[in-house]
Parts: sequence; structure tokens; C-alpha cells
Amino acid sequence: MSKQREALIDPLFNNNPITLQVLGICSALAVTTRMDTALVMSAAVVAVMMSSNFFVSALRNQIPTSIRIIVQLTIIASLVIMVDQVLKAYLFELSKQLTVFVGLIITNCIIMGRAEAYAMQNPPGLSLIDGLGNGLGYGVILMLTAFVRELFGSGSVFGATVLPLASEGGWYTPNGLMVLSPAAFFIIGFLIWALRSWKRDQVEAE
Amino acid sequence: MQGSVLYNLGFATAICVACAIVVSSSAVSLRERQLVNQALDMQRNVLVAAGLAAPDEALEQDEIEARFAPIRQVVIDVATGAATDADPGTFDPRAAAADPATSRTAPPNNAGLSRVADQALVYELRTADGALDLVVLPVHGLGLWGLLYGFVALDADLETIRGLTYYEHKETPGLGGEVDNPRWKRLWDGRRAFGPDGAPAIEVVRGLAGPPADDPFRVDGLAGATMTSRGVTNMLRFWLDDQGFGPYLDTLRAHGRRMAGGTG
Repeated sequence: MSKQREALIDPLFNNNPITLQVLGICSALAVTTRMDTALVMSAAVVAVMMSSNFFVSALRNQIPTSIRIIVQLTIIASLVIMVDQVLKAYLFELSKQLTVFVGLIITNCIIMGRAEAYAMQNPPGLSLIDGLGNGLGYGVILMLTAFVRELFGSGSVFGATVLPLASEGGWYTPNGLMVLSPAAFFIIGFLIWALRSWKRDQVEAE
Repeated sequence: MQGSVLYNLGFATAICVACAIVVSSSAVSLRERQLVNQALDMQRNVLVAAGLAAPDEALEQDEIEARFAPIRQVVIDVATGAATDADPGTFDPRAAAADPATSRTAPPNNAGLSRVADQALVYELRTADGALDLVVLPVHGLGLWGLLYGFVALDADLETIRGLTYYEHKETPGLGGEVDNPRWKRLWDGRRAFGPDGAPAIEVVRGLAGPPADDPFRVDGLAGATMTSRGVTNMLRFWLDDQGFGPYLDTLRAHGRRMAGGTG
């Protein structure tokens, strides 16, 4: 497998930031009640991670090691503010629902983790792909979680009714747990279990 | 060179300046669009409360502006109910409520309010000959998790509710968050806000209420959201009463249903 391919594909399932590295859980709980917010959040994280990886990597030989973390954070924070501003200008409705969580991408450990672990050691092109791969790995888990939560919590997928709700004349009584944050914990837990049953090497040694 | 204190300082400064330029230029260049979005969002919610737009209707910018055009925005003095000459375009209700110079300690209330603004922005829709068609009032109050912000629309008789909508709240999705449910919102049309004694009588009950004709003062409760339902009742009672928009509604009843001479 070429290095580019590996950087892109590996974080999807083999080295997924959420299910294997167990990073970025808080935002996965907060924005997954509906698929459209999860999608925008994923896209925002992909955009931030690709560009932060790129810029950190481009500057990796100039960044002084003693202040590298704060330099990375400054770059990430600036990018997140930019994404937040763009969302407020062009996707106002969704940005209202995402509220503070876009801003909190700054503290998403995945981004910081990739900048420190990957972009500081690899050239910009490869880091860009690594950012895309990890962003997509985060996005895949977010979308799966949001799919289950929206389907069983609100009877819809991307806002389109799939299971007609009893309160609106249909037959489906929604599961109230699904719209609350703990549901995301359960679903992510099940996803980790499923993934580790499939890929045995992800199970930690006893 | 690398590793020296001077280099570190220089590098940090350069990064900060570069990032500051990027952040501020994106904020400045997108600001205009964001303000337009905010204004449109507010107008859209006024239209929904007034029944001039469906809650789930997708509307383009020019469509919202066209429907909003006949609506007159007035900044009123809450205590007297009189219109002021403050510019509705720049009036910020939240800033006004937070600033001690433009707000007062809220009278004792169940709506969870500690300070209320002295002035409020209301929306009047009038027919071509100047007669009042409906009025949209801003309301806010405490639910379960935080303040709910919305609009209530009253018919020209200033008794009948035409609609209620919330544009911002922190209630639990699926429970209290059902204040956004279009079906629940439709239940408000035709209810009576005031009882026979003139005091606000509208109430969100536990369980189901009848149709507006038989059960004019009560609206279905939100299942599993007692605190949110109670919050809606409390805020409507507060804002429709004497400490809220009572004086303004009295002014309208007295002579405001027709435009004052000269402007009508």
C-alpha cells in the first residue's frame, strides 16, 4: 500500500480516531441527534484538520520545539474561527443548531493529536491526506451514530420521515433515550465492539 | 539560530500576526452577510408567528423581505405603551435588557426573569386603510434548561392568539424541544389570551385541551416536558399582563387600531 493510500484509508477503520484512539468523543455526543448537523460538523472538522495538518507540516522545520504546541493551537484556533464565520454567513440555520460546538473544534483532541503526531514529522502533501483520512474517520462514526439516533429518536433520516411518528398520526413511538446524550455513548460503545470483533488486532492485550 | 529565545519570540510574533490578519479579515469580510442572515432569521420568525409563513417553509431572502415589507416595526416604551422614536433597525432587545441604563429589575414573576428592558421592539401589521390586522410581541422566559425566546401574535381584536413560535431555546430535543413542532404550534391559532376579567388566562395544560372554540384558554401540554410547558404559560402570562405589554395593548385598544392621523 502506498503511503498516501495508507494515510487516507487507515484512519477510517484500522486506526479510527474515535473508536480506536477514543478521541473527540464530546462533540460526537453533542451533535449527533440529527444527521444534517452531524454532516456539517464532520465537514467542518475535515476542513480544519486538512488545513491545520497542511500548515503545521509546512512550518514543521521552522516551528521551535519548545513552543510547538501553542503554535499548533494558534493555527488550529484561527482555522476554526474562520470555519465558524463561514458557517454563520452561508449556513446560518445549521450554525444556529451547532451553536458552540463548532468553536469547540479547537479543543478537539483529534486535530491537535494529528498535528503533533503526524504533521510535525511528514511533508505537507501527505499530512493533508492524513487530515482528510482522519476527518473522514471521525465523520463516518459521527454519521453512523447520527443515523441511529435520528432514525429511532425522531423517526427520520436527514429530516425526511421514515418511521411516521405516533404523535403525528403514524405508528412509531420514538425512543426518548436516543435524543439524549447517553445514547451516543451506547452507540459508540456498540460500534467499538463491532469493529473490534471484526478487526481482532484492535483489542488491547490483557 | 533555531532554539534561541530571540528566534522563538520572533516566530511566535510572526505566527500571531499572520493568524490575526487571517481571522480579522474573514470576520470583517463576512460580517455583512452574517448580519443579513440574523435580520432575515428574525423576520422569518415574526412571519411564522403571524401566520404569514409556515414553520417548515423554505423561503428565499427576497420572499421573506417581500412578506415582511408591510409589517411596521415600532420600538415602544414598555411601562407606558407609547411608541418611541428609537430606530427599530438598530434596537437590540438583548443588549437593552443587559444594560442597567436601559433596563429595570424585573417585577416579581414566575417567568424566571431578573431584568427586563425598558423598551421593546414590536411588529404591527396593518391593512391598506391603516386598521390594525395583527400585532407580534416578543416574549422570553425560563423553561427547563434556559431562556426561550419567541414571538406571540395577537389578532386585531387583541384577544385572539394567531400564533406562537420560538426561535431560540435550550430545551431537551424530543421533549421540551417540541415547542418547535409545527403541529403543536398550530394548536395556538384561535385561542383566547385573556379571560373575562381581562387578565391573561392562556395556559398550557397537562394532557390534551379541546379545540379553540370549546376550550379557548388552554393548549395541549408537551408530553414529558412539564417544566417547559409551565415556562411557556408563565412567560405568556407575564408578557401579556400589566408589567409586560399590558399598557401597549391598552394603547392599541384605545386608539391605536387606527393609524394616528397624518401617517395613516
